[in-house]
Amino acid sequence: MAAADDLKFEEFGDAANLLPAPPDATAVTIEEPSQKPPAPRGLPRGPGREEDEELLSHSDSDKTELLAGQKRSSPFWTFEYYQTFFDVDTYQVFDRIKGSVLPVPGRNFVRLYIRSNPDLYGPFWICATLVFAIAISGNLSNFLIHLGDKTFHYVPEFRKVSIAATAIYAYAWLVPLGLWGFLLWRNSRVMSIVSYSFLEIVCVYGYSLFIYIPTAVLWIIPQKAVRWVLVTVALGLSGSVLVMTFWPAVRDDSRRIAIATIVTIVLLHTLLSVGCLAYFFDAPELDYPPVVTPTTTQKQTAASVKAG
Amino acid sequence: MAEADDRTFLGLSDVSISEDIPVEGEITVPMASHSQDEDYSTLDEPVKETIIRDLKAVGKKFVHVMYPKKSNALLRDWDLWGPLVLCVSLALMLQGGSADSKEDGGPQFAEVFVIIWFGAVVITLNSKLLGGTISFFQSLCVLGYCVLPLTVAMLVCRLVLLAGMGPINFLIRLIVVIAMFAWSTLASTAFLADSQPPNRKALAVYPIFLFYFVISWMILTFTPH
Repeated sequence: MAAADDLKFEEFGDAANLLPAPPDATAVTIEEPSQKPPAPRGLPRGPGREEDEELLSHSDSDKTELLAGQKRSSPFWTFEYYQTFFDVDTYQVFDRIKGSVLPVPGRNFVRLYIRSNPDLYGPFWICATLVFAIAISGNLSNFLIHLGDKTFHYVPEFRKVSIAATAIYAYAWLVPLGLWGFLLWRNSRVMSIVSYSFLEIVCVYGYSLFIYIPTAVLWIIPQKAVRWVLVTVALGLSGSVLVMTFWPAVRDDSRRIAIATIVTIVLLHTLLSVGCLAYFFDAPELDYPPVVTPTTTQKQTAASVKAG
Repeated sequence: MAEADDRTFLGLSDVSISEDIPVEGEITVPMASHSQDEDYSTLDEPVKETIIRDLKAVGKKFVHVMYPKKSNALLRDWDLWGPLVLCVSLALMLQGGSADSKEDGGPQFAEVFVIIWFGAVVITLNSKLLGGTISFFQSLCVLGYCVLPLTVAMLVCRLVLLAGMGPINFLIRLIVVIAMFAWSTLASTAFLADSQPPNRKALAVYPIFLFYFVISWMILTFTPH
């Protein structure tokens, strides 16, 4: 964000130089987080160093409250830079999850819940949970469907975890990247009121995937109608969160491009959910008829008709 | 002449030394524990003693995991031997499930290894990013040692599976795995939760829960060939 860089807080570095002090006096300098050398992560630390870390993280959060929206003052190679992306409390994460599941019509998820404090905790761990929820539920559902079948040998299907992980993490990170690039390009042509940073878009996408975790667990029920109802409900809720977030960003653009953008967002979301349902969950028992006598008698009558 | 005392440090501002007098002396930092270590060198002892001392340290940590109390043994003297042994034995016991390479089988050795170590590293990074005060290797040590109950569960499952498969068999395995999963999660939470800021404890504990849940799932779904 160019605006944030221009208004970067440089106060402490300059103030230390401006302090009137005789050149011979011993000067004690308190190192600020932005000037601290990159903390080596691999070494075990003694108790003194841990206190320093705690003080620094507190001073970071104090800075955050003062400079809301301009807090990334550490260079990107220090550990403190990445700590600013995890500056959320438990109740904040719960509020954001609630906001993604119960969309309030007319209110924007980003403005209401994120408020220039996007976090990476939610997107990362919701995606991780979703990967394992889909893989485990798919495995369980297949096991229950083929329960009476003597020819079915149960395998844990561990390969599918890597496939699920690739698909979900690619969706949650590459689609926001594309969308952010697209919005940036359109903003250079059309000045719109609302523009989002890349992290805010990642946040919205990550939290909007939360509804699929209970949906995946409920997909264990081997009824086609139930599964499609679940897909529709989940798609409706998370899709509406996405649409309400991005409509203000594109509505000032030409009508066709705005509609096309929203349709693409919803289409990709649909593709993800339907694709996961189709790949990880075998079709329920309607496609696997149990071996009963009517079919054998039908074959016998068909054979007799052919012979006769 | 220097008025500064040799034994007290008064700072350079109190010292005035004329230029033709060489300054010499000793700088010693009196720390009792270090001098004790210097007297007792571990370089000359027989190899057996070294190995037995390390094995005793690992064994003591195993005991601490099985009876988790508020002790600092796991945190202060961390080591990664125990986690390595547990991880390798768990990964070996999860083999022999499906030797048929054509079907989707259970996890391979490398997959189990990567899941445990990569999962532990990610959880440690997560807790540090949330503002935890624990060090990187201490957290790895605790997470690795707390896999011990699940390794015991795997051993029990393999023994139970020798009696053939069936619903009662499955029920026994389910109960054992659930109990050991709860034990692992509670043990690691007892060690790690105190190092988190109080308003983010749940955020740091949930990934640990997910980690042991995935390992328990791998153990429960193990089917012999």
